[in-house]
Formats: sequence, C-alpha cells, structure tokens
Amino acid sequence: MSEPNPTSQEFETAVNRTEKVAEFESSRRGFVGGLQHILHVNPSFVPLIVLLGAMLIFVLLLGSKFLSPFAMTLILQQVQIVGIVAAAQSLVILTAGIDLSVGAIMVFSSVIMGQFTFRYGIPAPVSVVCGLGVGAAIGAVNGWLVSRVKLPPFIVTLGMWQIVLATNFLYSANETIRSQDIEANAPFLQFFGTKFSIGGASFTIGVVFMLVLIAVLSYVLRHTAWGRHVYAVGDDPEAAELSGVNVHKTLMSVYMLSGLICAFAGWALIGRIGSVSPTSGQLANIESITAVVIGGISLFGGRGSIMGSLFGALIVGVFTLGLRLLGADAQWTFLLIGLLIITAVAVDQWIRKVSG
Amino acid sequence: MSDNTPVVQGRGIVKRYGHVTAIDHSDFELRQGEILAVIGDNGAGKSSIVKAICGATIPDEGEILIEGKKVNFTSPIDARNMGIEIVYQQLAMSPALSIADNMFMGREIRRSGFMGKYMRQLDRPAMEKFARDKLTELGLMTVQSINQAVETLSGGQRQGVAVARAAAFASKFIIMDEPTAALGVKESRKVLELIQDVRARGIPIILISHNMPHVFEVADRIHVHRLGKRLCTIDPKDYTMSDAVAFMTGAKEPPKEGTA
Repeated sequence: MSEPNPTSQEFETAVNRTEKVAEFESSRRGFVGGLQHILHVNPSFVPLIVLLGAMLIFVLLLGSKFLSPFAMTLILQQVQIVGIVAAAQSLVILTAGIDLSVGAIMVFSSVIMGQFTFRYGIPAPVSVVCGLGVGAAIGAVNGWLVSRVKLPPFIVTLGMWQIVLATNFLYSANETIRSQDIEANAPFLQFFGTKFSIGGASFTIGVVFMLVLIAVLSYVLRHTAWGRHVYAVGDDPEAAELSGVNVHKTLMSVYMLSGLICAFAGWALIGRIGSVSPTSGQLANIESITAVVIGGISLFGGRGSIMGSLFGALIVGVFTLGLRLLGADAQWTFLLIGLLIITAVAVDQWIRKVSG
Repeated sequence: MSDNTPVVQGRGIVKRYGHVTAIDHSDFELRQGEILAVIGDNGAGKSSIVKAICGATIPDEGEILIEGKKVNFTSPIDARNMGIEIVYQQLAMSPALSIADNMFMGREIRRSGFMGKYMRQLDRPAMEKFARDKLTELGLMTVQSINQAVETLSGGQRQGVAVARAAAFASKFIIMDEPTAALGVKESRKVLELIQDVRARGIPIILISHNMPHVFEVADRIHVHRLGKRLCTIDPKDYTMSDAVAFMTGAKEPPKEGTA
C-alpha cells in the first residue's frame, strides 16, 4: 500500500536518523495515504465529519427550524437511550465481542426497578440498586461464558437475549406500570427524566448522564491500564495474555460493566417514556450496534474510540429528525443508515491496510 | 552466591502428556553472562524444556534452581516477576497499540499523587521516555515515533521492540524463541547484533533456534536436545555445524557430558 517504509529497507544503517524521516515519509504518503494515516490514528474522525456534514446539509435545507434549541434538544432526548447502550456495546465490541443482550438487560432491569417498587413495596432507591445489580449479574454470566467456557460472544449473547427477554415477560406478566402511578408514588424511578433548561434548550438528567458516561469511559479507555488492556485483549488476546494481561479479568469486567451500563439505560428508559413497559426498547441491541459501527469502532476489536459511538448515535438522531422535518418517508432514514453502516465497515477495512 | 553459580539449573526434569513423555529426565544449565543456544530436531522437546523453565508448563518431576534457589513457577507471570523475560516467536504484541503501550503492557506505570492514585491515570510521559531511552540504547530509534502503532513497523523493527522490552525488564535472563525465523537477511543480522548487545550488558540469553549459522555465530555454548533430554552441551568452537546436526539427528555419537 502507500506505506513502503523506507526506514525498514535500511534498517541497519538508519540508526541515528532524526525526525527528518517522518517529514520525508509524510510528503511521500500523498493525500490519500495521509488521510488513511490520520484515520488510523483518529478513528472517530470519520463519524465526526459525517455528523457535521449531515447537520450542515439539514441546516441548509431546513434553516432555523433545524438549528433551533428545540430541535437540538429533541435529538439529544431521542439519542440518550441508544447512546448509553452504545457505550456498553462499544466496550464489548472493543474486546472483539458483541453483546446482543444489551436491550433485553436494559428492559429487564427497568422492569425489576418498577416491579420491586410496586409489587413488593420496596423503596424506589433500593429497587433501583437491585435493578442495577441484576444488570451487572447478567453481564457477569455473559462474561464468564465468553471468557471461561470460551463460547463465541455472538452465541452467548444471542441466547442470553432470548433468556432475559422471556424472563422479563414471564416475571412482569406483560404488565405495564403507568406513568401517573410512578409519578405519584415513586418519582425517583423517573429521576433520569428530570428536566432543566439552559438557554432555551431543555436537557434531562438522562442526556447529561449519557454525555458524562461517554466522557468518563473515554478517559478510562485512554488513560488507565485497564483501558489499554481492553484494547489489547480485543486486538490479540493471546499476545495480551503473554504480555501479562489478565485476559479473563479484563473480559469479566467488560461484560459486567456492560450489563451495569445497560441497567442504567433501563433506569434512563423509565425517565424517557415515563412508564415501565416490558415491551419497550426492543430494538436497542441493533440500534446500539449501528451506532458503534457508524462510529468507526472495528467489529474485529481493538480499534476505535468510544467518542465515535456517541457520534454514531447522534448521526442516526440527526438523520431521523432531519428527514422527518423534511417530511420524507421514514424508510429513507433506514436506507441512509444502511448505507452508512456498509460505508463505515468498508472504511474500517481500508484503514486496517495501513498495517499491511 | 559465587560467580559460577548457574543462572538456571534444571535437574531430572520430567513432563508427560498421557503416554507421551515430552521431557525425559533432562538436565539444563545456563551460566552467567552467556548465550546458550538450544537446538534439536522438531519434536525433540526443546520448547518443552524451555517452557518448563519459564513456568509455562509445570514439570511432573525434577527441580529447577534459579541462581541456586529452588523455584516452583506456576505461570510465566511468576517467572516474569523474578526478572525472567521471554521473546516469543509470535512476539506477543498488540498491533494496533503504540510501541510505548506495548512495552509496558501488563506493567504500566501510574502517575503519582491524586491523578494516579484515585483516577488511576497512566504516567505516559514517563513510559514514553523509558521506551525511547531503551530503544535508543539498543540503536533502535529508527522508528519515527514512540507512539506509532506496532503494526506500522517492519518485521525486524517489531522484533527489535520485543527484544528491547525483554532487555529493559530482565534482571535474570532472557529466553528467545526463534527470534530470526521470520526475518530477512538484513533484519536477522540486526537482531543478532541486538542479542550480542544484550549479552554485553551481562544478561544471559537462552536462544532457541533452527538456524545453525545464527547459532554458531552468537552462541557461547550449544545445548543439543534429543528424544526429550539433553544429549550433550558443546562448544561451537570445537565442532562444526554438520557435527551439531549429526548429534541432533542421532547420526553421530555425542561427546561425553561436560565437554563444554
């Protein structure tokens, strides 16, 4: 490819080269090679450009209708659940896994929070903690099956998705807890729906939680040993093990954290829709994978940044709202998202060729 | 501890897998400051014996002494904690991560103070400086940036980083498994020079290799492994390559034990 590394040819003599090598390199790389290099170093660059580009197009087409604080608020509101779940999904996909059970864990956790409060009369905060605990526990089972029993993550979480969803329906008896009841008796469950406004745009705690969560995970993945281990395990688990990384512990912690984040998404879901419904959030797993893939995280693991997932989720949100405001058929959104997914994976493959 | 205490001594090591005896009462000895090459035909068990020494397999019988003290490693991590480093044939590096990240994988340095203690933040400047210093010491700073991904390096450069990592952290000795097997002529040459550089720093090396010219070029002694045990140890100055191959394959009777 565009990386015929001249230093490698002169491995022996090129001992005392200075930074000049780098300059020489980049000028030889050309525009396409340079772009490839930038994307290789910053994989979330593509979704950011797509996001800004999409927003620009909708602003040009719709004007102030799209740029209004109201529209921006709406996008964030609609994206928050997918954004939180996509954060969990990103962690798992970075380890070269996939978590199909995220949506089911989210719904089941929200049902536990609701039913524990209303069926058993447990104080809402305690029920919330129970819901979060159940989410983490399901994640732990996933992690154990992947790491210890060595089953493929796809199969483990495909099974877990069905198991958790069925448990969810059996346990809740398909019963929805109404919004008014929650508001009257256990407003704590709707905590994530609490609104406050800054300069005409109204935010909810859920939106803030999503942004803080992504920021914290971004820091942790980049600046802590654990974060580096997550990437190393996704890149090449054997090499990571040989370098002294505890692969089992890393995988367990990733799946447990994923389960816990999904449970938080369940809590945020109550805030978003007001009620506790066992039938909500059915598409969260596919939507989260879509956000992660559009966000430039490699499905093969070890590559990408969690910021990309946020951009990916926002791109979907911007398209959805923009096309709706334009009065287009909702199918156009899906068509465009489909195109973006395929393009994103093609770009990922291209970026990987840097190593070839 | 006197100067001639062997760095590693294996006595009567046995390892069986079902009916197969991979190591059959084998001895092993690595002396201070030397490069010991381990040669043997495929299936002779040369990697088994080395695995037993570094804790990757646990021998059924026999004992291993490191600097005269008996050890019972249960994993390569135990060995690593004692200052034994291994350069694997497949290099054990994460291609997408940087050189600095790879050098410190599994033993990262955290920042001091609040950011390190409570925010668990890595001390990147310190790790990068250390990695740069180590690569420079070994004349490997042909890489453009310590933060470039390992996958953008050539095969020889990757091997160089792996050797530098081992040399940086090894206080006892280094095991190298076929370090030149995947490299071209020039790159092999560079790696052989590196191996000699490392020995010059006083770190003994166990070199597993199939490449006789390379073995004869750098080794101080050659451990010939045959049928699961040490057949003999020879001095490369006293024998030719074809002698070594003949011992390895059983075409020629070995010299009496202890010639080298």
